[in-house]
Order: sequence, then structure tokens, then C-alpha cells
Amino acid sequence: MKFITAIFLTAFLAFAIGLFTTLPWWSFVITSFLVAMGIHQKSGKAFLSGFLGLFILWTLLAIIKDFSNEHILAIKVAKILPLGGSYWILIFVTGLIGGLVSGLAAISGSTARKN
Amino acid sequence: MRIAPFLISTAATAGLVFVLNSALPIGKTKTPRLGYFLSPQQGFWQNAEASNASFSGNIKLEGLKSKVDVFMDERLVPHIYAQTDLDAYYVQGFIHAKFRLWQMEFQTYVAAGRLSEIAGPERLNIDLFFRRLGMVYGAEQTMQRMEKDHVMQATVDAYTEGVNAYIKSLKPEEIPFEYKLMDYKPEAWTPLKTYLFLMYMSYDLTGSGAKQDLKMSNAKNYLGYEAFEQLFPNVQDSLDPIIPKGTPFLKPSIVPIAPKDVDSPYLNKSIYSSSVESPITPNRNNGSNNWVVAGKKTASGRPILCNDPHLGLNLPSLWYEVQINTPTHNTYGASFPGSPAVIIGFNDSIAWGVTNAGRDVLDYYEVQFKDTSMQEYWYNGEWKKAELRLETIKVKGKPDVNEYIAMTDMGPVMYDRHYKSDTIHPQYLAVKWTATKAGTGLKTFYKLNRAKNFDDYQKAIADWSCPGQNFAFASKSGDIAIKQQGSFVARWKRQGDFIMPGIDSTYQWQGMIPESENPMIKNPERGWVSSANQKATDSTYPYYLGTSNNFPVYRGVMINKRLSVMNGITTMDMQFLQNENFDVFAEMARPVLLKNINVSKLTTTEKKYVDIMRDWNFRNEVTAQGATVFNAIWDSLENVVWEDDFKNAKSPMPWPDGSTLLDNLLKNNNYRFADNVNTTDKIETIEDDVMEAVKKASVYLEQLEKDKKLDWGIVKDTRVSHLLQLPALSRLHLPIGGGKNCVNATTSAHGPSWRMIVHMTDYTEAYGVYPGGQSGNPGSKFYDNFIDSWVAGKYFKLLFLSKENATKNEKIKWHLTFTNG
Repeated sequence: MKFITAIFLTAFLAFAIGLFTTLPWWSFVITSFLVAMGIHQKSGKAFLSGFLGLFILWTLLAIIKDFSNEHILAIKVAKILPLGGSYWILIFVTGLIGGLVSGLAAISGSTARKN
Repeated sequence: MRIAPFLISTAATAGLVFVLNSALPIGKTKTPRLGYFLSPQQGFWQNAEASNASFSGNIKLEGLKSKVDVFMDERLVPHIYAQTDLDAYYVQGFIHAKFRLWQMEFQTYVAAGRLSEIAGPERLNIDLFFRRLGMVYGAEQTMQRMEKDHVMQATVDAYTEGVNAYIKSLKPEEIPFEYKLMDYKPEAWTPLKTYLFLMYMSYDLTGSGAKQDLKMSNAKNYLGYEAFEQLFPNVQDSLDPIIPKGTPFLKPSIVPIAPKDVDSPYLNKSIYSSSVESPITPNRNNGSNNWVVAGKKTASGRPILCNDPHLGLNLPSLWYEVQINTPTHNTYGASFPGSPAVIIGFNDSIAWGVTNAGRDVLDYYEVQFKDTSMQEYWYNGEWKKAELRLETIKVKGKPDVNEYIAMTDMGPVMYDRHYKSDTIHPQYLAVKWTATKAGTGLKTFYKLNRAKNFDDYQKAIADWSCPGQNFAFASKSGDIAIKQQGSFVARWKRQGDFIMPGIDSTYQWQGMIPESENPMIKNPERGWVSSANQKATDSTYPYYLGTSNNFPVYRGVMINKRLSVMNGITTMDMQFLQNENFDVFAEMARPVLLKNINVSKLTTTEKKYVDIMRDWNFRNEVTAQGATVFNAIWDSLENVVWEDDFKNAKSPMPWPDGSTLLDNLLKNNNYRFADNVNTTDKIETIEDDVMEAVKKASVYLEQLEKDKKLDWGIVKDTRVSHLLQLPALSRLHLPIGGGKNCVNATTSAHGPSWRMIVHMTDYTEAYGVYPGGQSGNPGSKFYDNFIDSWVAGKYFKLLFLSKENATKNEKIKWHLTFTNG
């Protein structure tokens, strides 16, 4: 239960702080840290829930944008980066990057608390 | 708290954020800041425009005098209905920015020599070139002049406010895609940016002299004047000028007199030479077609005006379609994002179109400075003061570069000891260029947008100075006309074709040709007017027009040939003519080639290619292999003929024009340049050269055939490239025919950038297409949606609507309103 709650809360707070687009893109580091501090789990689990929270959020947001755009831009970006022009890989990479940063922040949060 | 794990994970988080927040170098380029770029709430995903996005809305703009309605049609063309002209330009600025902001700004970065500021030190060369040519200086001069004209100042100010209102309304995540890719932000628009952009157009259309005059000087020195005259003549046998031959001209009010000593230092071999290669040069094929057929040649009895400017093909396109409707005018056409008003188009009464005049309006003068501080220069027997102009170039990631440019009465000293000092002789060259002489260009378009008849058209273009253009005109009342207008130097023969001495007034311009003496024709007997960048007149015109290789000759021949036999013309006929792929140059050149080919001396393969060329119908269609073969043989022939003559030249030189070689092959059985100067035992003939060309071309053609690339469309390989030259944002390998000598002048990266046909019926019937789309956003389906139609030679019917029709037209999809607030 803790695990699911942490994932959900990580995603929700990252989304909320992401609405303030004048803040840096990595502002969710703070929220993911706080969630992991608040909902205490072992480092491994904390990482995973932190990771999944952002991975799911960013993947989902990217999919929504991409499918309503009929992949026009994603295909171009996936050629520039270069990811072989695959929008799925681009979406995955997007999720991965968000997830990794958030997961590491979550370990920090988890270890910041006294046992 | 577990200190060690905490510190490690925190450091890892910070490290990863740092890396993802940095632009990482890959080879010569850099990645975007990946974390930012990929962030769905801030990065590029935000630019992925929903395919069913709505463009309707209510926008409050400060300072608007009354409500402005903008109806967007299904192609995303805005139809602007405003109560005042200034409101209309305010909204035009806003709309331009909404759909083309990045491009508008990028183009002015180029013009202002500021590319290094966003792209880094690799672009410094181009920036230096533009700064030293006087681009910023020229834009400032124009702006100062235009600010004395209250109407124009108010117009540009309103446009500027519109652009800035849009920039201010942008949320950080809404900035265009390319800003995110290159990681910078839009800055405020200024009137100077509008003038910088127009300055760039002057450069693109008249700036070739910045390189050509140096190369021509080299060629003259290397070859000697006598040979030079033969290779770079002032006549073209095939010329069919814009003003029909035999048209009388006024007596010249200025008769420029060549200096007495012109034969010795200027025309003959001199010490002037230069190995300067400019980092950027306008495309040689920059040109255009326009023509107007009078009512007596059309099915409807009303004139039809056609125009297709040939420029570099880019995404986002240089052009943006718009309709502007106010109580003073109702105008539709192609506008420049970056400038108010319509540039090529029509209104309720008239239509106009432009092609480039190609006249030489840029000269180099050698300046003699007292010393290397460049503060005083020798002129007419005394030392004159030169001011030093400071241009500071910001360079991304590097310290600023300060350039000091000496300003003389002739113009900015482009080349000095510091800039290209070791490769140029003489050391100090000033550029004299009409583009930097404070024109009023925008005012011409402002007036054309409102012109009602021939007199208005004449008044509108009378002050046009640079770049010189052929303005074609048609009115609903039935008048047709064309005029070559610009500020043109009254030159003696060859004046300004080479570097000139600048120590006194001897070689200076003796005057500008009065506007009333510029070539013009109205309602000619033959029933049409046309231009295709050829020389405006035959040799009876009393002024020197310049070296022939500035003037492509064959498109004009073709257009006039076709128009002369056409009657009962419809807009459909005009669409076909604009897309005509017949190569009149090939038609004239093939017989000479075939005459000189001795088939018995060819291998089977070589013979096969000659047969393909012989069977070809002169049409540069996508699948035409004959076009590929002809061009390969012709190019090889130019190589065979010229290479030996220019081989030992150490400095860059132009090769003679194709028309010069063809004219000579048609006239002479023995052409002195046919001889290969490297072979001493033999004098080669034209036949020897053609045979060698066939053999050389065959090797190349065999390789093409092996790669399945023999089709003309594949060899030519037309593309429309994004301004950053990123293939992913470009449209490549477009299956389109044409060529530089066809009316459809589509080459690999260059061609008809806007095709327009206007039928002057009571309700204006107009067609247009450009290779791009109305949106500059690569994430929009409107980014490149016209390209397939353009490739196929298809047109869109242009919606030219009154306001009440706009509200109920079924092709209007969105409604934007602008109110004061």
C-alpha cells in the first residue's frame, strides 16, 4: 500500500509543481524527496516508487501530447536525437529520464530520515 | 539519518540533474538540455500541436483602437478585418509572431551578424562578413530615414507592438520549438529588426557583387582584358529583353564618362587581386518570373498577372499568406514574417508581382590610409577623416569580439589589414552599395497595397531603390505594365565590374539614372509584359546594364515564346506555364553537341547515353533520363573547355556563363578556347572537346545508372530545408522536375518560392502556393502541408473575402477576435 501511495503521490506532486513552468524542469526533485521522506520505505523500494511515479507521469503526458499530435513532432525529434525516428523510444526515454532523477531523489529522501 | 547513503544519493541526484540540465557536446554540435527538452510540461512535447487544435479565441491587446476580427481559413491563412490601418498592422505583427516567431528572429540574427550569439564561434565568419559589409549600418540608415515619415514610422511601430504583445503573452513552455532545441529565449522585437530583415533581402538579391567583383578582378588580371571581354561579354545572342527590342528610349540625362586612364590601371592587368572567399554568397539562381497578359489575349477579356519569385527554399518559408482588410484597402498576398503589409499580391483594383533586376549596385574601392590606424584616407588631394565604427559581436561561450570598421564617404571599409589582410591586395577595400544608402522600400509596398490604378502604381514604385526589381502590374480597368525600378548607377562601360581606385572622384559614381529613364512599358501592342531576370533592354538603351553573366537569358526566351502564340488564355494555362519544364537552353545546345559527336568513335555505353540524349524531348520531367545525360555532358564540356584556361589561377575566378559558351559554339567552328593550353603538340577543336566531354560524362552516368539514379528528379534531388539545415525538420527528395533554365526553375535547394496567378475579374480569381505551410512549428500539421501541392504543380484557390462573406464562408474554420484591454 505504501508503495502504491508513494508512486501516486510522487506523480501527483510532480505534476502539480510542473504546472509552475517558470520553475526549473527538475523541481520535482523536491517533491519526490519529500514523498520518500514522508512515506518511509527501504532505499530500493523508495527508488522504485520514485522512479515509477515520474516514469508513469512523464510517459503518460508524452503519450497524450504525442497521440493528439499524430506523432508529427515526436518522429522528427526522434530523428534529431537520434533515436531512429521512433516515437515509442522517445516516449520511453522521456519517462526514463524523469524516472531516474526522481528515483535518486527518493533514495535521498528515504535516507534522510532516521531509521 | 544515514549520512553516507544520504550524501551519496544526494550527490548522484544533483549530478544527474546537472548533466541533464547541460548542453552536451556531440562532435561539433551540442545536445539540447535533455531534461528540460524532454520534460513534458516544459520541453518540446509542449510544441506537439494537437491535430484538431482550435485557433479561435479572444485576445486582449493594449492600445488597440477598436475590435479586430481575424478569420482563419482551412489552410490557416488569416483574413484580418480592422477599422484602422494601424490596428491591422498591430494584429499582423501579433499573428506573424504567433506562427513564425522563431524564424522572424533567426533571420534578423543572420542579417545583423549575430549568429555566433546563439550558435557559437563556428558562425563568427558569417557574422564578421555581414557586419563588415555594412548590414547593420544600412538598416540603421533606412530606419533613420523612415522615422522621418510619420505614417511609415507609425506602421512599423504598430507592427512591432503586435510582435511584442505576442512575445509577452508567451508562457515559458509555449516558446517555439527551435528556442528549446538551441536553448535560448525570444527577445523583444524592434523596428530595427524589420529593417534588418529587409536589408537581408537586399543582400540576397544584390549582394552577389560582394564576391563577384573580386573574382572578376582576378579573372581580368589573369586573362588580360582582351580574353576577358570574350569570356565575359556584355551581349547575349539569345537575349529577348524585358522591354521588346526596338522600343525607343529617352535621351539620357546623364552621360557618364570613363576616366582618361581607364585603359591602363583599371581595365588592363593590374596589381588588384584577391583570394578572398566569402563565407556566404547569395544563390546565383536567385531570380524570378513574372508576366501579365492583357485582356485581348485572355478568354475572359481581363488581364491575368503571374509571379513566381525564385529563392532559397526553406522551412519555415520566407512567405506567409495574409489578407488585410481596412477602410482604406483590401489586400491579399504573400507577406514577409518580420515586416508589415503584403509584399506580392493584389487588392480590389490591381495586382503586382516582382522579379529581381540583377543590376550591379555594389562596388569596391581601394582606399589609401595614412597609416594602419585607418583614421585618415587620401581623397582628391587631401587627407579625409574616417570614423571608426565599433561592432561588438557576442559569441556563445566565448568573450565578445570587437570589430572596428573604418567608415569612408564611399562606404564601410570591408577588407582591411585585420580582416583578410594577408590574402588581399590592395589591403583596404571600401564597399559602396545602394542598399546602405537609406531607401524607403517598405513605403513602396505600403502604397502598392492601396494602389487603385496605373498612376498609383507608378507613384508607389517611383522611390523604390534597392534591391532593383521588375514590378509587373495589372489593373481591373485593363492596364498592364512592367517597370524595372531601383536606384541604378549611371555607369560607363565596365565601371564597377572590377575593384576601382578610390583615391579621388575619377572612378566614383557620376550620378544615378533618373527614375523616369528606367525601362518601362505599358499596354504594349503584343498584349503581354514579362520578365525573368534577363537584361531589361537591348543595346539601344543608353546606360550600361552590366556583365551578361549577371543575367540568365533562357527563361525569358521561353516565356515570351509561349506567350506570343497563346490566345484565349485561362488561369489554367498560366498554371501550366509556371510549371513548364521545357528546357530551351537544351533545345539550342543539343544540336551543337550532336553535330560534334562522332558516333563511330564511341563505345557502346557512350553511344547509349548519346542516344538517350538524342531521344529526349527537352522536358526536365522527374523521370527524364535525357535531362540527366544532357546536363552531365554539358557540364563536362564546360569543364573540358575552361579548366585548362583557369587551372593555373591561384585566386578564385568565375567561369564564363553557359550562354557565352553556347553562343560561341553556335557561331564559331573554331573557338580559340576549345584548345587545351596544356597540350603543346595539338590544337584541340570543338569536336575534340565535345568527344572528351561525352567520354567523361559517360563515366559519371554509368555510376549514376548503377546506383539507379539516372532519373532527372533523383539527380536533381530537390529539398526544402529547415533554416537550421536539420534533415529531420526538412522535406527531402521531392519528386519535382524543372531546372535553372526552365520556367519551373526548381533546382536542388532553390526555386519558385511562391507561385501566384491573379485574374483581374470583377470578383478577383486568384491562385497561389508556396513550398511550406502557414505554421512555423515543426510540430504542427500546417508546417509543411503545401509542399505536396507545390511539387505536383497544384494551386490553392485564394479566398479573397469581404468581411460579411468571411463570417459565413464554409472554408473559414476559426475566428480570433482582438479587443483593447
